[in-house]
Amino acid sequence: MTLKLFLQYFWRDFRKQKKRATLTVAAIVWGTFSILMLLAFGEGLKDQLGKNQRSLGECIIIVWPGQTSIPYKGLPRGRRIHFRPEDVELIKKSIPEISRVGAEYSNWGVDVVNGKKVFSQHVTGEYPTYEYMRVQYAERGGRYLNDTDMEYKRRVVFLGYELNKKLFGDEPSVGQTVFISRIPFTVIGVGQNKQQMGMYGGPDVEKATMPATTYQSIFGDKYLDNLVIQPRDAETAELVKSRLYQVMGAKAQFDPTDKQALSIWDTIENQKDFAKMMLGMQIFMGILGGLTLLIAGVGVANIMYVVIKERTKEIGIKMALGARPQTIHNQFLLEALLICFSGGAIGIFISQLLCDLASIVPRDPTSSMSWLGNPTISLPIGIITVVILAIIGLTAGYFPARRAARLNPAETLRYE
Amino acid sequence: MSSNGTMVKLSGVRKIYDTGKVKVEALRGIDLSVRRGEFMTLVGPSGSGKSTLMNILGCLDVPSDGTYEFDGQRVDRLPLSQLAEIRNRSIGFVFQNFNLLPYSTALENVELPLVFRGLGAKERRKRASELLEKIGLGDRMEHKATELSGGQMQRVAIARALANNPPLLLADEPTGNLDSASGREIVDLFEELWKAGHTIMIITHDPNLPMRTERTIHMRDGRLENGAAG
Repeated sequence: MTLKLFLQYFWRDFRKQKKRATLTVAAIVWGTFSILMLLAFGEGLKDQLGKNQRSLGECIIIVWPGQTSIPYKGLPRGRRIHFRPEDVELIKKSIPEISRVGAEYSNWGVDVVNGKKVFSQHVTGEYPTYEYMRVQYAERGGRYLNDTDMEYKRRVVFLGYELNKKLFGDEPSVGQTVFISRIPFTVIGVGQNKQQMGMYGGPDVEKATMPATTYQSIFGDKYLDNLVIQPRDAETAELVKSRLYQVMGAKAQFDPTDKQALSIWDTIENQKDFAKMMLGMQIFMGILGGLTLLIAGVGVANIMYVVIKERTKEIGIKMALGARPQTIHNQFLLEALLICFSGGAIGIFISQLLCDLASIVPRDPTSSMSWLGNPTISLPIGIITVVILAIIGLTAGYFPARRAARLNPAETLRYE
Repeated sequence: MSSNGTMVKLSGVRKIYDTGKVKVEALRGIDLSVRRGEFMTLVGPSGSGKSTLMNILGCLDVPSDGTYEFDGQRVDRLPLSQLAEIRNRSIGFVFQNFNLLPYSTALENVELPLVFRGLGAKERRKRASELLEKIGLGDRMEHKATELSGGQMQRVAIARALANNPPLLLADEPTGNLDSASGREIVDLFEELWKAGHTIMIITHDPNLPMRTERTIHMRDGRLENGAAG
């Protein structure tokens, strides 16, 4: 039977049973909508959480000095390890698998003053490499620390988003002067607002950051608080860590196998775990949505059985006129598929509309709603949904269609 | 086409309906030959097995036992798809209750056998409208089946049966639901078709109809009473 003719018949039958057909399609619309929204919100949440997680740093390893636990070359265990500024250069030179390295000093409870506004804040001295490693990007009109700032120990400060708000409100701050420990600093930039999932020493949005050299000359710290290392890629992270033990072990006199000499936070590993967790969550949501769609599919199969019962006579007539069993089979299979795909198309359309609406609604990036991110119907989600729809349509159509094709023409013609 | 001009040959055909609890033997050994171009009626009381015989002759059902040769070919053990093809190309059916698709137009109903034959839309339309013109329903082509009178519906059904120009026409009480005037017109139409070369078999309760045909077969209790060999 030609497709055009089939569609013509389908449409005629659809109009005869408008309410029933609409309800059947509506069930598929709802099922498609459920699966898509669950997956789309999962995708949005994943993107947002990933973004939040990367706001600590892109593929970085954070290293704190520890205490030795193994006696080494006559030195006792329990010895404190320290990082000095020259270690940064040493590590960069000795480990070629590293793309960037930086370090920081940090101090709490330092007065940061603008006019009459006084705040006791977390102040750090950082290396310029932190801009990319720790995602310390400036808002438009400003910048982060650079090598010249480091070299000349400039008195410049980069303010966290929230701290800037406290000090300057909505007034422009770049180029203004703030006093840190009663020393004047020029504001060179304000950090972009960010939601941070992982952090140490408090959120970046509350910090005041100056060049590490400037910090050292003012506060006189002998040792760096911690190092941040960025391997060239995630795969070399393990190698970089073991090389770090060797390099620092030789420099600071500890056994390279002494794990407690350095305390390491490998965010790359965290990101891998996180990706696995999110995949698990998406599979779970997909199954939930799939079950809703499955129930709709059972509805379609049910209706198809009813339709076949109602059209027994018609099937008999067609068979008498020479319709092959396969033709009858295809007719009902196509009908079930058409119901599923028309419902699916409407469901996809509504879901996309809702996703678009959700992304238009303005949200404060620090509010709880913003944790949801933007629900997104990605290509894989679309493909998965269409495949599930096709499987459900085929299954819902196959068994009723098989029954129709196996009917005995003589008996169906007697059917009233 | 068989050489001796035999269209239909049944030998020892039995049909048993097994409902699980009871077995009903609807046909108890039928031997029947029908020549090409014969015009015949099949009469008998209700439950005598007329319709069962018609279903088997029309390849709508298969015998439980015995053989059926149609146009020289054994068809009693053919697969369903081949039986469908024989019904499509070689047999036209006319039923008591017309069996038209109610929401389709006269033209669409007549086109249906041509659809299953795989003809293109243009060719279908041309043939179907020619047939409807021929049986005098040229002005009713776009009417839905439900909008036609009984006599008109039966004529549409006959046009449909003729769509693929099959050699054999089987009619099950074609005048049973019609008033006598319409019934006469339908019988006249069958007679014309017979004269045009079709082989026609009509099941009927109408006592006048056998007088107009060449041969009449009587059935009782699943057996033929006379004229079986033909």
